[in-house]
Amino acid sequence: MKPFKIPFGPQHPGLEEPINFMFEVEDERVIDVKPRLGYVHRGIEKIGESRTFHQNVYLAERICGICSFAHALCYTQTVEELLGIDVPLRAKFIRTIMAEMERIQNHYLWLGLTAKEMGFETLFMYAWRDREAVLGILEMISGKRVNYGMTTIGGVRRDITEEMTERIEKVLTHLETRAKYYKNVCTRDRTILKRTVGIGILKPRDAVSLCAVGPTARASGISEDIRADEPYAAYSEVPFRVITYRGCDVASRVYVRIDEIVESIKIIRHALRNMPKGIIRVTASQRVPEGEAISRVEAPRGENLHYVKSDGGDKPARWKVRAPTLANLLALCKMLIGVNIADIPVVIAGIDPCIACAERIVTVDSKTRKQRVWSGTELWRYANEWYQKR
Amino acid sequence: MRNLLEKPSTLRFPYERMEPVERMRAKVSWQIDKCIGCSLCVKVCPSAAIKLIGRGRKAEIEYNVGRCIFCGECVEICPTQTIFTTKEYELTFTRTRQMVTRFRRTKKKRKASSKK
Repeated sequence: MKPFKIPFGPQHPGLEEPINFMFEVEDERVIDVKPRLGYVHRGIEKIGESRTFHQNVYLAERICGICSFAHALCYTQTVEELLGIDVPLRAKFIRTIMAEMERIQNHYLWLGLTAKEMGFETLFMYAWRDREAVLGILEMISGKRVNYGMTTIGGVRRDITEEMTERIEKVLTHLETRAKYYKNVCTRDRTILKRTVGIGILKPRDAVSLCAVGPTARASGISEDIRADEPYAAYSEVPFRVITYRGCDVASRVYVRIDEIVESIKIIRHALRNMPKGIIRVTASQRVPEGEAISRVEAPRGENLHYVKSDGGDKPARWKVRAPTLANLLALCKMLIGVNIADIPVVIAGIDPCIACAERIVTVDSKTRKQRVWSGTELWRYANEWYQKR
Repeated sequence: MRNLLEKPSTLRFPYERMEPVERMRAKVSWQIDKCIGCSLCVKVCPSAAIKLIGRGRKAEIEYNVGRCIFCGECVEICPTQTIFTTKEYELTFTRTRQMVTRFRRTKKKRKASSKK
């Protein structure tokens, strides 16, 4: 049978954000994938050049709605490096706690969405209900549920008090039992095992050569984590384990993330108990000396990289962001080859894509050669005609 | 089965509402008579939601909720504690101009300014 081309997206119920995939299929198998980005480009880097360093903290937060703290932290670390500021230790601990909370809420969100793609609506509801508990804590600490506005150049803006610590401990215990329950469900439930085991294979060799990052790489057995490799904030003072699985499939990605929730809870507990007293913020000057710096942060989805170049004024001369989804996109294309059409949404959800994150960097090149795109009706008509001829 | 007996996790919104938390940042407001017109809030605002009309102690503030991202930087930077956060979070409007609030000085001061 002749290979077919099926356009998938930019608007599709299986996708949360606009991205277009051109699948070449033979019968039910995908034999080639071409992703096409460019539907939610917002020009954030350019806007950043017209605003001051302090105002850009809020802009950095809005690159991604889910890993907002990771982006803001990465940006502030870069500017602090340029300024040569030493952040107070207590602020570093608070940053660590916030970053881990964000990881927990992101992984719960992801678990829910992946369950939804599998058609397991109950798990989706459960995971999102438990996510509310984390969001409640985040709101209590920062005053916001999503764009926290916690980190700033020179420290953090709000402190964690004694009463808050108590409430956090209580919620963490609840979340830990829930995470263990989900681990149990995901290793035993037949629906989940059928939809995840052996699907979307990414071999360790491919993961390295295609520069996969974060949980996607860790599910292929590659132990790479910026928190351990190049500790930032207070990660050098907190003991933790880098979680890896060797399954290389969607199931391993699920297990990596659930285990990371448990590990994050341990990190938060340790950080809360060993948090030193002191100031949480030092003043930073508006003008940033000339120079350039990069900073890396392990966002929930993977490695996050910010580059800032300053020309000595109060506005950045250049600001560049590399979000984890962009790094994982090539690996995703590799994973998708060979899967059934019905498994496409699960595999795409498996890397935890955040298209709006990736959309600042890719230039869309659609000139190549003329392609014939089948619309739904065309495909349907073709199929009918093809069967009538036989 | 246990879930059948539990209360729902959601609120029945129009009848029940979320209690705002203590640190919540929502719409900001001005006690405009305390304002000295230093324009620090205008400079610090990341989304250009604040406009200063006039100068010095006669200055008035035009605040656009539609542009505001509720970061609370203006509240922190204000040297005279003129700006404060309210807990008003249901901010829906039908007209664009309803989003813009002009904080005017009380009459006594306005008279003084008009004489000049």
